Amino acid sequence: MSLRSPLGYVLGHGSAREGVHHWWHIRTTSAALAVLGVWFVFALLTLPDLSRGSVVAWLGRPFSAVLMILFVFSMVWHSLLGVQVVVEDYVRGKGVRVLVLVLLRFIHVFAGAAALFAVLKLALGGKA
Amino acid sequence: MSPQSRPLSPHLQVYRPMYTMVLSISHRISGVFQSIGMLLLVYWLVAAAGGDGAYATAAKLFGNPLVRLAIAAWIVAFWFHLFAGIRHLVWDAGYGFEKQVARRSARLVLVMTSLASLFTLALAWRHLGGGA
Repeated sequence: MSLRSPLGYVLGHGSAREGVHHWWHIRTTSAALAVLGVWFVFALLTLPDLSRGSVVAWLGRPFSAVLMILFVFSMVWHSLLGVQVVVEDYVRGKGVRVLVLVLLRFIHVFAGAAALFAVLKLALGGKA
Repeated sequence: MSPQSRPLSPHLQVYRPMYTMVLSISHRISGVFQSIGMLLLVYWLVAAAGGDGAYATAAKLFGNPLVRLAIAAWIVAFWFHLFAGIRHLVWDAGYGFEKQVARRSARLVLVMTSLASLFTLALAWRHLGGGA
């Protein structure tokens, strides 16, 4: 028998049964980012310069392009989960909180789509 | 009980500042800060894909001293969040909760962050100084 009242259930109080999922994804993306983030920093540092030609040549290599796509995806997903927790902790008022969470989700999905398109364009057809 | 009247657990303004706790809130701040940097990184990729004109516009923005200062801060935030994050993963695995160990790992995070940041900034100087 559940100890929760039907009213509490309808109002959405208590566990949404999504906590472990969220927790686990923060951790798996963090492990991925520990590797991919360090790769990205050192890939940039070891480029001859930051001219467009160097960047196009770098992301024109399949290995770099694939790692870059993985990096962007783990970063966007990790960032979304992270700021979501911060918003849930600090933004009072249910209406504002939901609005901010939806906005942040849109921004992250947009950033991910834009980055994916950019890397694919550079990798598949980016003549310098 | 309505959400507004629920008890709030003790938080930052309640406790006396300790550096383990300063490190904890810094983890959040550095994370949110990097989320902003992520948008700039995406813009950089889009500009590179957009062509020479778009990349030149981006290069101008990245050449701004304030933006360069922000990039330096993002590098520090990156290493800090990475090392503090590893500390969190070790906690998740169930180790390192003892007070002395937590303090020692906090100091280790700061030392590693400083070393990695100095190393990265020294290498990045070539790019930052040489024009994007």
